[in-house]
Amino acid sequence: MATVPLPTRPRVPDAPNPALPPSNAKTNARRRPGFRRDQLSGWGMIAPAAVLLLAFVFIPAILGFGLAFTNARLISPRPVEFVGMDNFARLFMDPTFYRALLNVAYFTVVIVPVQSGLALVMALLINKKFRGVNFFRTVYFLPVVTSMVVVSLLWLFMYRKDGLINEILSTVSFGLINGPDWLGDPNTAMPAIIILSIWQAAGFHMIIWLAGLQGISGELYEAAQLDGTSRWQQFRYVTWPGLFHTRSLVLVTITIQALGLFDQISVMTQGGPMDSTTTIVYEAVRSGYRQQETSYASAISLVFFVLVLIVSAVQRYLTREKD
Amino acid sequence: MQRPRSRQDPINPSTVSKQKDRPMNKTLTKVLATSIAAAALAATLAGCGKGSASSSTEGSGEIALWTHNAGNPEELAAVQKVVDSYNGSQDKVKINVQAFPQDSYNDSVVSAAAAGKLPCIVDIDGPNVPNWAWAGYLKPLELGTDLSKQLPSTVAEWDGKPYAVGYYDVALAMMARASDLKAAGVRVATIEQPWTKAEFQDALTKLKALGKWDYPLDIGTAGTGEWLPYAYSPFLQSFGGDLVNRDGFQSADGVLNGDKAVEWAGWFRGLADQGFMAKKSGKDSTQDFLNNKSAIVYTGSWAADKAKAALGDDLVVMPPVDLGKGPKIGGASWQWGVTSGCSNSEAAMDYLSYSLKPENIAAVAKATGAIPASNEAAAQIPAFAEGGANRIFMDFSRQYAVMRPETPAYPFIATEFGKATQDILNGADAQPTLDKAVKAIDANIKSNGGYKK
Amino acid sequence: MLVRVLFAVVAAFPIVFMLVSSLKPDQQIFGDMSSLAAFLPVGNISFDNYAAVFDRVPAARFLLNSVGVSAVTVVLGIFVNSLCAFALSRMQVKGKKIVFTAILATLIVPFQTLALPLVWWVNQLPYFELNGFSLEFSKGWLDTYQVQIIPFIANAFSIYLYHQYFESIPKELDEAARIDGAGWFKIYRQVVMPLAGPATATVAILTFLPAWNSYLWPLMVVQSEELRPVMIGIQYFFQLNVSWGEVMAYASLITVPVVVLFIAFQRSFVNSIASSGVKG
Repeated sequence: MATVPLPTRPRVPDAPNPALPPSNAKTNARRRPGFRRDQLSGWGMIAPAAVLLLAFVFIPAILGFGLAFTNARLISPRPVEFVGMDNFARLFMDPTFYRALLNVAYFTVVIVPVQSGLALVMALLINKKFRGVNFFRTVYFLPVVTSMVVVSLLWLFMYRKDGLINEILSTVSFGLINGPDWLGDPNTAMPAIIILSIWQAAGFHMIIWLAGLQGISGELYEAAQLDGTSRWQQFRYVTWPGLFHTRSLVLVTITIQALGLFDQISVMTQGGPMDSTTTIVYEAVRSGYRQQETSYASAISLVFFVLVLIVSAVQRYLTREKD
Repeated sequence: MQRPRSRQDPINPSTVSKQKDRPMNKTLTKVLATSIAAAALAATLAGCGKGSASSSTEGSGEIALWTHNAGNPEELAAVQKVVDSYNGSQDKVKINVQAFPQDSYNDSVVSAAAAGKLPCIVDIDGPNVPNWAWAGYLKPLELGTDLSKQLPSTVAEWDGKPYAVGYYDVALAMMARASDLKAAGVRVATIEQPWTKAEFQDALTKLKALGKWDYPLDIGTAGTGEWLPYAYSPFLQSFGGDLVNRDGFQSADGVLNGDKAVEWAGWFRGLADQGFMAKKSGKDSTQDFLNNKSAIVYTGSWAADKAKAALGDDLVVMPPVDLGKGPKIGGASWQWGVTSGCSNSEAAMDYLSYSLKPENIAAVAKATGAIPASNEAAAQIPAFAEGGANRIFMDFSRQYAVMRPETPAYPFIATEFGKATQDILNGADAQPTLDKAVKAIDANIKSNGGYKK
Repeated sequence: MLVRVLFAVVAAFPIVFMLVSSLKPDQQIFGDMSSLAAFLPVGNISFDNYAAVFDRVPAARFLLNSVGVSAVTVVLGIFVNSLCAFALSRMQVKGKKIVFTAILATLIVPFQTLALPLVWWVNQLPYFELNGFSLEFSKGWLDTYQVQIIPFIANAFSIYLYHQYFESIPKELDEAARIDGAGWFKIYRQVVMPLAGPATATVAILTFLPAWNSYLWPLMVVQSEELRPVMIGIQYFFQLNVSWGEVMAYASLITVPVVVLFIAFQRSFVNSIASSGVKG
C-alpha cells in the first residue's frame, strides 16, 4: 500500500478548491449489503473519542452551567438552592463585567489582524529553501514551546520602568523617549499584554500559514514570473488567493485563543491596573476560586460560552465559501 | 530580499508525493517508536509510583498530613523531623507528610475539599481558618497542651473555639541601610519612637533628594493575593479604619469607606504620586533593595537573614510608620488544623499536642527564620532569645500585631480590599472605590446569611 | 536576510536570557536586568544553581512523570483521534455531521471554566486495576496518573487536523481495498494511516506541548509528590525568598528537552503540517 502515490489535488488559486468528487457510496448506501455493519464499525470508531469528549468536556460543562442557576459556593455549609436568574442579573449589573468584555474585544480586534499578519510575514520569510532554513524555523517556533510561566516572568522584568524595553527605547531615541511603566499604567498595560501575546503565539500561526504557502503550486509562480509580474502582484494574485482556506483556519484559531485570554493576565497584571486588563475568563476564575463564588463564576462561563458561539457563527458566515 | 525562485521548496507537497513513503513512514515509525518506549516507561513508573502514591490515602493506623512547604527544604525537613520523632514515640499511628508548593497550596487544598478528599491534618494560612471552620471542614482543637502559652497570633479561633495552632508567626518591618539614612540626615526609627506620618514624609523627601534611587521606597506593590491585605490593611488600621466592622462582622460600612479610610487612601496614593514608590514595584522587593534600587523596603521578617547576610551591620530594622493609632502589622501565619472528615481525630490531636513541645516549635521556627510561637521556644533560639538579632521582630509581633478579621467572610474581604488598594494606587477615586468594595462585601455577607453558625 | 535575523533575535531572546541567567547568582541577574548583560554569560558564572535545583525539587522524578504522562497522552491521542476522524471523513455513518459539529464545538470551551466541575466529576468516576489475578474496583481518580492522561486524549483540534488530512487522500483507495475484501479497520490501519504520517507528526507535537506544560490541572488533582509533573516544580521555587537563578535553572532543565525534541522532529513537523490538510 505504501506505493500508492498521494494525489496532487487540483489547484485553482482564484477559486476555492472544489470539494472532492462526491463518493457514490452515499446514494447506494442503503442498498449495499453490510450497511448495518458499516454503521456499527463506523460508530465503533467514533465512539472512543466521542465518549471521552462527552465525559470530560460536555458533562463537566453541563454540570458547571447548571450551577449558574444556583447559589453554590466553593466552601460552604449552606445548602445549595436554585436561585433562577439571580447570578445573571448581578452579572449584567456589574461594571467590571462590561469592562472585561470591552478589554477582550479590544484585545481580539488588535490581535487577530496583527498576529496573523506578522505570522504570515514570518512564514513568507522561511517559506523558500535557503541555507539555514531549518535553523530559522526552529528559532521562530521557540516562543511557542517555552513555558508561559517563564515567559511571563521574563516580560514582567522587561516591562519595568527601568527595564530593558525602556532602556532600549531610550538608547535608540538618544534619550528622547522616556518609556512608561508599561504594566502599571492603565493606558499601556493592555498594549503591553498584546505585544507579549503576539510574540508568544505568532510562531504557532506561522506554521499554519507555512502549511498553506507550501500548498501553493510552484508552477503558478513560474507562470506569474513569465508574465513579468512584480513581487507584490505575485503575492496579491497568486499567494493571497491560494491561502483562502488557511485564512479561515488562522482566523478561527486566533479568535478563539484571543477571546479566552487568561494566562498572561493571571501572571502579569491580575486584571489591573484599574480593570484595564481584566478579561471574562479571568473574572470567572477570580470569582470561582479566590472569592469562592462558584455559581457566579459558572454564570460568567455560560455567558462567555454563548458569546464565543455567536462570534464563531458570525465568522463562519462571513468567511463562508461564496458559490 | 527574497527572489522568487522558479523551483519551489523540494518539500512542497507536490514533490512530496514522489518521495512520501520514505520520509513519512520514517516519521511515523519514529514517533511511534519513541512513544511506545515512553509508554512502557510510564507503565513502569505507574507500577513503582503506586506504593508511595498511597501516602495520601489513609490506611489503618496511618494519618496523612499536608503542608505548604515543598521547595523549602529547611522547613520541610524540620516538620518531617517532628513527625519522625512522633512516629518513633509510639506505635499506634504513623503520620505521612505530603508537601505542596506554597504559592498554589490553597488551590490544591480547596480542590481536594471540593472533591471531599482532605487529609486528617492540614496546614492553613491563619486568616482563612474561620472560613474553613464555618464550612465544616475543621474540628475544634482538643489538645492536651495549654494554648495560652502560645503567642496570641498563632492560635486561630472562631466562635469561641480554637481551630488551628501554629509554630510561628512572621512580622512586617521596614529595612534600610544605616549609611543611607545618615547621608540623608534621617534618624533611625525605633520601637520607642517610631516614625510619625510627618517624619516618614520628611524621610522620603530627603532620601529622594539624594538622587540615588528612582524610587526610595519599595513596599512591594507588585505583590498579589494575600500580600495586599496582609501588608496594606495595617496601614489602614493605623489610620483608624479597618477591613470590616469587627462588632458582629456584618458590614464594612463606615470602617472601610469612612473618613479614616479615605485619609488612608489619599496618603497611600500620595506615596506613588510624589514619586516615592513605584505603582508596580519589582517582582522581588528584597532583591531590588539589596541591589540598591530602593532605600527603604517594607517586607517581612523572612527577608531579614538574607538582608543581614548581604549588608551586615549596615542593615537597620525599623517598625512600620505610626499613622495615628500606632504602628500596626498583620498577625497570624501558617497554622495546623484537624479536618472534620478525619477518622482518627484523637490521634491527629495527639500528634498536634506532641508537636507543640518547645523544642519542636523551636526547630521549625529556626528552620524558617520565623518568630517562635512561645517564649520557651524562643529561649532555645539564640537569634530570638533576649538580646538576639531577631528579637525585635518578636517585639513587633507582641506590640503591633492585629489579627485579620476573624470571620468566614475574610477570603472574600481580602480579595475586595486587594483590588480596591490596587485601583486606588493606580488613580481611582478613593471614596467610590471603597464604597464599591463595601457594597460587594456587605452583599456577600448577606448572601451567606451573615456567616452565622 | 537581515529581517530574518531580526525576527530570530526577537524570538530567541527569552531562551537565551533563561539559559544565561541560570548560570548567574541572583544578585547579578537583577543587576544585569536593565542592560544587554542580561543576555550575555558574563560576570560570575557557575553551575551552582543547577546543583541547588536538585536539592529543592525531585526534578528527575518530575521529568520522568511528565515524559510518561505526555507520551501516553500522545500515543493514545493519535490512535483515538485518528480513528474518529477516519470514520467521520471516510465512512457513511448516519449522523456524523452532527457529531463532527459537536466535536468542533468543544474547541470553544476554555479549560479554566471546566476545571472545577471536572475535579468533582473525576472523583466520582470508578477505576479498576488488575491486582494479581483479581480485578479491583475503586472510586475516584484523584491523585493518579490516569487523571492526568485520560481527560486529554480526545481532542477536537487533533480530530479536525486528521479529518482535513484524510479528506485529501483519495477515497478510491478505500474502494479498491474493499473490493479486495478489507474491513474498515484494516483500511484505516493499512491504507490511510501509513499515508497520514505528516498529520500524525503534527498531532503528536500539538498534543505533547499542552501535556508537557500542563499546570492548573495537576495542581488541582495530584496530591502525591511522586506523581507530579514538571510544571508544578516551578512553584517549588516561589517561597518567601525567591532564588531567581534557581528558577531559571529549573526552567532551562524542563524547556531544553522540549526544544531538543522539537529540533529532532522539526523537519517532519514543519513539512508535515505543511502538507497536512490545513489548506483544504
